[in-house]
Amino acid sequence: MVPLSWYLIVAALLFGIGVYGVLARKNAVAILIGLELMFNAVLVNVLAFWRYLQPTGTAGLVFAVVIFAVAAAEVAVGLALFIAVYRRFGSSDVDDINLLKW
Amino acid sequence: MVTTFVFVLTAAVMLVAALIAVLKDNLVHAAMGLVVTLFGTAVLFVLLESYFLAVAQVVIYVGAIAILIVFSIMLTRRVGAHWGRQTNATWPWALLTAGVLTVLFALMVRGWDPDAVLPAAAGVPEDITARLGAALVDPNGYVVPFEVASVLLLAALIGAVYVAWGGRKAEKETQG
Repeated sequence: MVPLSWYLIVAALLFGIGVYGVLARKNAVAILIGLELMFNAVLVNVLAFWRYLQPTGTAGLVFAVVIFAVAAAEVAVGLALFIAVYRRFGSSDVDDINLLKW
Repeated sequence: MVTTFVFVLTAAVMLVAALIAVLKDNLVHAAMGLVVTLFGTAVLFVLLESYFLAVAQVVIYVGAIAILIVFSIMLTRRVGAHWGRQTNATWPWALLTAGVLTVLFALMVRGWDPDAVLPAAAGVPEDITARLGAALVDPNGYVVPFEVASVLLLAALIGAVYVAWGGRKAEKETQG
């Protein structure tokens, strides 16, 4: 099998790319795309550790299932918010949404 | 040997697609990059022998979340508008932060030598999916996190509909 560190390195790179996307993007939906990349990196890590450390147990799988549910809820609420914000401001660029900026 | 080849190929495709997802100015292309990355993750799940989660990954992420993202890209955009630059003014700092974070992760992996951890000899049991299902509704297992997740999903569903609906005024505006 592939060594565990290969999975960890791929997940770390994926997470780094996601962090860049979240920090550098202007459009709110593009920020969510970066967030999804980070979620996926975490999932790869969780399942790699499950497979290498405790494949007969179910703890890692349950953890992954809960992450799935939380990610789905987060995306649904986030996109609904962006659509409401777009209706209010006519833009979904986070630079334009500065009501709370002093 | 085959596993290694598939892993390297999948990882390469995934990382290139992830770069497309965060670098492309055209957000529809970025969403397609995200879809490819999500498929690559599903392939990695198969390599890790968690077949149920590989299917769930395709159904939930590729089938639902990616479609939702494409929809909201198209809903929050004026028709015929040009995609401008999609990065904000502080992107070099974002690059620095992400780079430093990735290097720190790599150093952490090197310092701890995870390759001393060999895959457990027992392997994944044949009935792991049945065991997962039983554990999710077992009072001595994970029934509480499972129920909390279901309540969270219900709350998110209602909240998303409420927020996106925007009340009667918005409805009248959209109707013209």
